[in-house]
Amino acid sequence: MPFTAEHDALRETIRDFVSKELRPHAEEWEAAEYFPDSVFRRMGELGFLGLRYPEKYGGQGGDYFSAMVLAEEMARAGSGGVGMAVSVQSEMATPPILKWGTETQKQKYLVPAIKGEKIAALGITEPDAGSDVANIRTRAERVDGHWRISGSKLYITNGVRCDFILLVCRTGKQEDGAHGITLFLVDKDLPGFNVSRKLKKVGMFSSDTAELSFDGVEVADEAVLGEVGQGFYNLMWELQGERMIGSAGAIAGAEVAFEETLKWCKEREAFGRPIGRFQVNKHKLVDLYTEITVAKNFVYSVAEKWNREEYPVTEISMAKLVVGRVTTQVADTCLQLYGGMGYMAETGISRYFRDSRLIRIGAGTDEVMKEIIAKTALGL
Amino acid sequence: MKVVVCVKQIPDPNTTGQLEPSTHFLKRDGVEAVMDPGDESGVEAGLQLVEKHGGDVTVVSMGPERGLDAVRKALAMGAGKGVLISDDALRGSDALTTAKVLAAAIKKDGFDLVITATESTDGYTGIVPQAIAELLDVPAVTFAKSVEYDGATLKVQRQTEAGYDVVEAQLPAVVSVTAGANEPRYPSLKGIMGAKSKPMDRLTAADLGIGDAGGATAGQTITAVEPAPERAAGEIVKDEGEAAKRIAEFLVEKKVI
Ligand SMILES: Cc1cc2nc3c(=O)[nH]c(=O)nc-3n(C[C@H](O)[C@H](O)[C@H](O)COP(=O)(O)OP(=O)(O)OC[C@H]3O[C@@H](n4cnc5c(N)ncnc54)[C@H](O)[C@@H]3O)c2cc1C
Repeated sequence: MPFTAEHDALRETIRDFVSKELRPHAEEWEAAEYFPDSVFRRMGELGFLGLRYPEKYGGQGGDYFSAMVLAEEMARAGSGGVGMAVSVQSEMATPPILKWGTETQKQKYLVPAIKGEKIAALGITEPDAGSDVANIRTRAERVDGHWRISGSKLYITNGVRCDFILLVCRTGKQEDGAHGITLFLVDKDLPGFNVSRKLKKVGMFSSDTAELSFDGVEVADEAVLGEVGQGFYNLMWELQGERMIGSAGAIAGAEVAFEETLKWCKEREAFGRPIGRFQVNKHKLVDLYTEITVAKNFVYSVAEKWNREEYPVTEISMAKLVVGRVTTQVADTCLQLYGGMGYMAETGISRYFRDSRLIRIGAGTDEVMKEIIAKTALGL
Repeated sequence: MKVVVCVKQIPDPNTTGQLEPSTHFLKRDGVEAVMDPGDESGVEAGLQLVEKHGGDVTVVSMGPERGLDAVRKALAMGAGKGVLISDDALRGSDALTTAKVLAAAIKKDGFDLVITATESTDGYTGIVPQAIAELLDVPAVTFAKSVEYDGATLKVQRQTEAGYDVVEAQLPAVVSVTAGANEPRYPSLKGIMGAKSKPMDRLTAADLGIGDAGGATAGQTITAVEPAPERAAGEIVKDEGEAAKRIAEFLVEKKVI
């Protein structure tokens, strides 16, 4: 087990926080399709948004497994959107700032993000380019010593509420593909930066997913994160972290759903006995339990490499793929075991069924994971 | 100001407690254990006082080895030093023995103020705080819903049925705080990691000069245990224009309002 006594104590703290301050509001936030921004400030105040960041920037100085503990415990919030928003804040939009940011950028974005005073978003996907990241069309043009950004981004988590976005833009020619892409840090309040729409979704209701438009947004050279033209390669590193933390959160979510369902199967009776006692259901539960345990341990073994700052691209892709598969199996089987209750909107299991489906699409689809594994491991 | 807070590790109150049939002791093995939520308020009260007036908080706990977790949690919250008194001879101690052990440990290090919860969430005797005060020969101010100190006098709002009394005391003293007295802080990861390197004293009953003190020789024995009586059915007031008045009368009769 990669977790120490200190991780266990952290887990107890976060579990306590989640059950007292998040879980009781889940139904309200789901109905509102939003959770209050104050959750970020509160979690910042408690140090949860900077668990593995250096103390120098207001972080807690922990290792990667402390971030894993947070992702796992957020799965108990009863509303997948909250955990996802927090992951975008701490594990997707900001790690590149720590890695490539100038000191000024760190002070301007990373420090307030860790405090929960600035909310971050990450803008990769566009209406015409999702899986095919190298084909993005949002342009940053050099004009009079500035950069002028035009284009649009789609399905952006935290897009409505964010204060700034890590934006992936084309600075070279369209034919250049992956070369000629650059990362920018763009403030939301700049003229020309607009939220076109808040999108309705299948699940993750409490998370705000937006379509954003950039209409000649002007930024200075200081807005460039990392080197001009290196954006695609830097983004590939970011995506590994995104998939890693996404897998950890998703398998923890499966575990929570399983625990709930197991309890239900021991209580709910039909034909004179608990439904979990029918061999067909018992075996289903055993299958889920086994799959979850195996997948979780694989995730941990990959995370140990990530924690050591290795770059296990194939394994991270495999982890996300297998977690996606297990998640779908868990969600579908658990809903079935709940019967009519499982189909009701107000139950946790139906919400889990809707929320969990995202893991096979977000941060790179199952098919994209397979393309990566084929290329990196099989030479195909 | 030297503040000592007494804490206890108890079976998670969110689980249903069970008694061991032969001894009538609470079953502790194989049950999730946590710091008594009431004690979290005690630690918080202590930390708030030293943050304002300087000094430090020492946490003292009597209990089996895993009581260490409660002490560590208090250290992670910000206490400076921990003391755990663990001894097989203390297993099954009654309230008076517990108070004797805690008082001896508190005296050993010295104190200006001792803070406890009003009662533990597992044993519920509610007499340990007063017994400690008596043994230390200092005033006991109980059921504090707020504790303030102006540098000379301790000012406590003491919860009563009708509201609260304002009670003043000179230090040294013992104060028991109610569970809702404050909002206990969550330990941060930095605090958790820092707790490892904070001083921790491990004591036995003998270290405190307390002899064969366990259940066998305790002044209290549990002779029988019975389930609490079933709650009687409530009274339903049908509203025929008089319901509000009848409910108010009922509440007055029960001294609720
Ligand atoms: C709720 C939610 C939140 C999101 N948050 C963000 C965010 O914060 N930031 C961000 O940038 N993006 C975000 N996304 C976008 C997400 O990353 C993309 O949806 C995802 O990468 C897929 O891209 P696409 O939707 O354009 O699908 P497409 O790329 O159009 O894919 C459509 C289908 O074709 C398949 N396909 C594509 N290429 C191949 C191939 N080579 N071989 C076989 N099959 C292929 C795909 O697997 C998929 O099944 C979010 C999405 C959702 C739903």
